[in-house]
Amino acid sequence: MTQSISVNGAQHPIPNDPRVTLLDFLRHDAGLTGTKKGCDHGQCGACTVIVNGIRINSCLTLAAMHDGDSVTTIEGIGTTDNPSALQRAFMEHDGFQCGYCTPGQICSATAMFEELANNWPSDASGQLEGKIEITGEEIRERMSGNLCRCGAYANIVAAIQAVATEKGS
Amino acid sequence: MRPFQYNRARSLADASGIISDKGALAIAGGTNLLDLMKLQVEIPEQLADINHLGMAEIADTEDGGLRIGALATNTAAAVHPRVRSDYPVLARAILAGATQQLRNKATTGGNLCQRTRCFYFTNVDQPCNKREPGSGCGAIDGIAKLHAVLGTSDQCIATYPGDMAVAMSALGAVVHIAHEDGEERTVPVADFHCLPGDTPWRENVLEPGEIITAVSLPAKVAGTQIYRKVRERSSYAFALVSIAAIVEIKNGLFSRADLAFGGLAHKPWHDPRIADVLIGQVPSEKLFDEAADILLSGAQGFGENDFKIPLTRRTLHAVLAQAVEQAA
Repeated sequence: MTQSISVNGAQHPIPNDPRVTLLDFLRHDAGLTGTKKGCDHGQCGACTVIVNGIRINSCLTLAAMHDGDSVTTIEGIGTTDNPSALQRAFMEHDGFQCGYCTPGQICSATAMFEELANNWPSDASGQLEGKIEITGEEIRERMSGNLCRCGAYANIVAAIQAVATEKGS
Repeated sequence: MRPFQYNRARSLADASGIISDKGALAIAGGTNLLDLMKLQVEIPEQLADINHLGMAEIADTEDGGLRIGALATNTAAAVHPRVRSDYPVLARAILAGATQQLRNKATTGGNLCQRTRCFYFTNVDQPCNKREPGSGCGAIDGIAKLHAVLGTSDQCIATYPGDMAVAMSALGAVVHIAHEDGEERTVPVADFHCLPGDTPWRENVLEPGEIITAVSLPAKVAGTQIYRKVRERSSYAFALVSIAAIVEIKNGLFSRADLAFGGLAHKPWHDPRIADVLIGQVPSEKLFDEAADILLSGAQGFGENDFKIPLTRRTLHAVLAQAVEQAA
């Protein structure tokens, strides 16, 4: 039986060469180039995708290890005509300059909201238990795995904070 | 990446059999191993993917402790209700390391086995006795800011880079290890990693074919739990110095002082003499200095990392003072 990975709801067969990372599989085999290759070593977060609801660096895992998994990439989060709340907020707050890190930022922040909904603590949380208040400090800590070489951090945090406020109200 | 054969292990015995071969490695989260394979620091001929062997469960033990399966992710361990309530030093240590994306993939067993971040180890153009025995150590007399000040040898001054194992060491946790023949053995986390000595390539006590199946934590003990990590930026950086502490003060005297140190050595550093100095004594700056004197009596810097010695003293003071304050 051919092994496959579900990407944004569509099945794609896993290539034969076991060296293919999930990132290269998404870009080359599934043809979804929204996910970006930055450092290819898990340092920059440009390749962040959501696998079975959890955000990971797609460059540091092999496609062969994900038989049967469900992957959501930036293409599965929103479209030009129907952007997600985060995508709209990034545009409204100018949360980018060149845009190369943006798909990773959006995927990362999308999954981050699920983590916050589950009250998972972070290094910035005063308490390990209970409800977490979404402060700028929390957002910066939780997004520290996504680098922006243009330095649009202030606006990225503002965009995420705006969506957090929207969700909270 | 160099070509390799990928095998999805069907059982622990299957995985153990595969990795008994020279040139074969187990892969779990892969966040460290695949990075090293891209750099060709690791060039395995075979990988045994152990992700389908279960072992992700986190469960209470009969003695009131907690057993964390080897494949439980760092995130799963850090957010587990009992880790947060009974072992906050462990939750804090895990959350202080890496990024959310990495913690979501990295596993408990893999974290124990992660390799050093010594720049000479990860650069195949540089000499490194750990990567290529006999080639020399570039870090001695080289770029050594992150490097060890305790337990070094003339072969290697690399550090164990992790946070999780430092907290586990202070908690008295035990590693469960399965062998190909089905036998299981246990090793305290504090004894799991090796000092470099004349065999810097040997980082832990795992024998060929052995696989970590779980880490078990003893029942919760009374006292304050603290993890303090000093690093060059406030997120996503390895420790210059870190301290995991479980400290109890009764009737104004130290009654428990289980401490372990990260960033100082080739392993989470544990010195039982520190507890001997502190227990039964009234907390004071002078006493903290005595503890630091003992900890650092054999410390040796290598130029760029000389600062770690006074930094460790100050961090130890801060942690003990915080424990006293929280106990008050």
